[in-house]
Amino acid sequence: MDSASTVLQLLFSGIGTGAIYALVAVGFNVIFKSTDAINFSQGEWVMMGGMVAAATVTASSSPVWLACLFAVLVVTAVGLVSERLVILPIAKPTPLLITLISIGLAICTKSAVMLTLGKNPAGYPGFAGDALVTVAGATVHSQTLWILAITAAFMVLAHLFFEKTVLGKALRAAAADRDAAALVGIKARSTVMWSFAIAAMAGAIAGTIITPLTLTSYDAGTMLGFKGFSAAMLGGLGNLYGSLLGGLLLGVLEAFASGYISSHFKDAIAFVVLLLILFWRPVGLIGKPVVEKV
Amino acid sequence: MTGMNDVMDRSRGRAKAAAPSRRAVRRFTGDHALLGGVWLLLAAFPFVAPNDFMVSLGVLFFINLILIASLNTLMGFCGQISLSHGAFYGLGAYTSGILSVKLGVDPWIGVPAGMLVAALSALIIGLPALRLRGHYLAMATLGFNAILTVLFNELVGLTGGPNGLLGVAPFSIGGLDIATDDRVFWLVWACGGLVMLAILNLVKSRVGRALSALATSEIGADALGVNCFRYKLVVFVLTAAMAGLAGGLYVHYNQYASPETFGYFTSVMLVVMVALGGWGRYWGPLFGALLYTAVPEALRSLGDFELFLFGLCMILVLLFFPGGIAAAVSTLGNRLFGKTKAGGRA
Repeated sequence: MDSASTVLQLLFSGIGTGAIYALVAVGFNVIFKSTDAINFSQGEWVMMGGMVAAATVTASSSPVWLACLFAVLVVTAVGLVSERLVILPIAKPTPLLITLISIGLAICTKSAVMLTLGKNPAGYPGFAGDALVTVAGATVHSQTLWILAITAAFMVLAHLFFEKTVLGKALRAAAADRDAAALVGIKARSTVMWSFAIAAMAGAIAGTIITPLTLTSYDAGTMLGFKGFSAAMLGGLGNLYGSLLGGLLLGVLEAFASGYISSHFKDAIAFVVLLLILFWRPVGLIGKPVVEKV
Repeated sequence: MTGMNDVMDRSRGRAKAAAPSRRAVRRFTGDHALLGGVWLLLAAFPFVAPNDFMVSLGVLFFINLILIASLNTLMGFCGQISLSHGAFYGLGAYTSGILSVKLGVDPWIGVPAGMLVAALSALIIGLPALRLRGHYLAMATLGFNAILTVLFNELVGLTGGPNGLLGVAPFSIGGLDIATDDRVFWLVWACGGLVMLAILNLVKSRVGRALSALATSEIGADALGVNCFRYKLVVFVLTAAMAGLAGGLYVHYNQYASPETFGYFTSVMLVVMVALGGWGRYWGPLFGALLYTAVPEALRSLGDFELFLFGLCMILVLLFFPGGIAAAVSTLGNRLFGKTKAGGRA
């Protein structure tokens, strides 16, 4: 394999993983916007998406896409119900308390999946089987192309949702200024619920489309959440387009680190670069500095 | 500023915890006396513990206490989450452990060396990260922990990799090995007491008051001439060194270290234990360490159900006692006796 096609090969694999990180980062951002908290359950929803889809494929022999759709619906509902059960009852919600409770939620989600769906790794074939496609000299799994297409579609839809729909605008208004939004009749508590549902949906989509490539198991969520959070910070916390950029960059960084330096140290290299970028641009790549008032 | 209410609570909680009389609180001697009393009570533990296993849990309790108390000092005062306490713990353990295994360095020299390494790496991470507000310390420390986990796992020649570091020598005094549970107990008992005393003195000092101001409003404290960045950095480095001490004690007690002990999950759980014990309260870590040591043992018989129950309990405690167990105990004590000895029963 010559060097140009190696570069292309690594680029494809990096963008594929990066798209997943971007979707997870969107989930972090949506909840961060509505609560100022870091949601530790985000990664568990990704894992749950893959696990539920795999269980559905095994149990009902339904087509993969249908199982994935079902899994996304289930996990979205789980996100929504989780918010009603553990976030809504908080008497005095502070970002820190929500963050801590989300750690408990993550532990419960993870072990609930383990207790109901088992400890074995699970997977299923890609949307177009396990066919390989050759693109400009690089061999790519067809599922990678599906990942790119679905992530792109999700980003466009998310953009339209936040720009054009009443609910999307309400979420943005509440994120910009909770009190002012309350004055015009937007209930902060219900925007938090919707943000949890959207975040769970983004996570579940990521989980269902990556599982054909990597398999999943009950303990896979933590690492994915971790990477998604890094992508969100890299792009600029609270920024939709930053998520996309941060996710893709992190994915490509990892792919090239493992391809050219060492696959053992790829995480370490990716995080060193990530920290350097953050120290150089603390607000993320396309975040804006916020002026803080006393 | 998220830290504001907590710090308000803390000073109130401390006044209650100190308790014997209002006058004593103002002279800052109540907490010292209480600390001495509690440590004397804890010294009775090996004599009442039914077996060696319980004594070994006692040893773990003090190691966990050093970790949680130091993290509580950082989180309570700087209002920021650090997700690399597990990494500093690991740096202390691996530095001293590797020095012992590879070079035969005495633990009495290795442990301070481990503390130094932890402190220096905290300085390197803290210098850029603490200049920024918000979640940057969380991100930087999370990344740092991830990097170290990779290094602990992959530098097989040095750390033993995923199989762990084997054959670490125990502490010894004049040829007498401190290897058994009942001997190590006294070492960690003393170290735990010294760390708690150091934290108490820090809190009561001029630095402590500057930190209180800082946690309430960083901009406000800056305006009063408090160099927030410098104070945050000092506390971050000091608490990392304390975590390094805990690591050193751990590795020479276990005579073994393995990467997963110092991973991301440990760092997250330590943050959780700080919150469950009583975020920003001096006596909170006693409860946090008690939980962190005892609950996994108590739930072990439940097998796979353990983790779920643990998460559920955690959510419930945070929902109903957002101030943690120390806050709940001091409220309860106040209600029952009028005055209270929070932390006394640990």
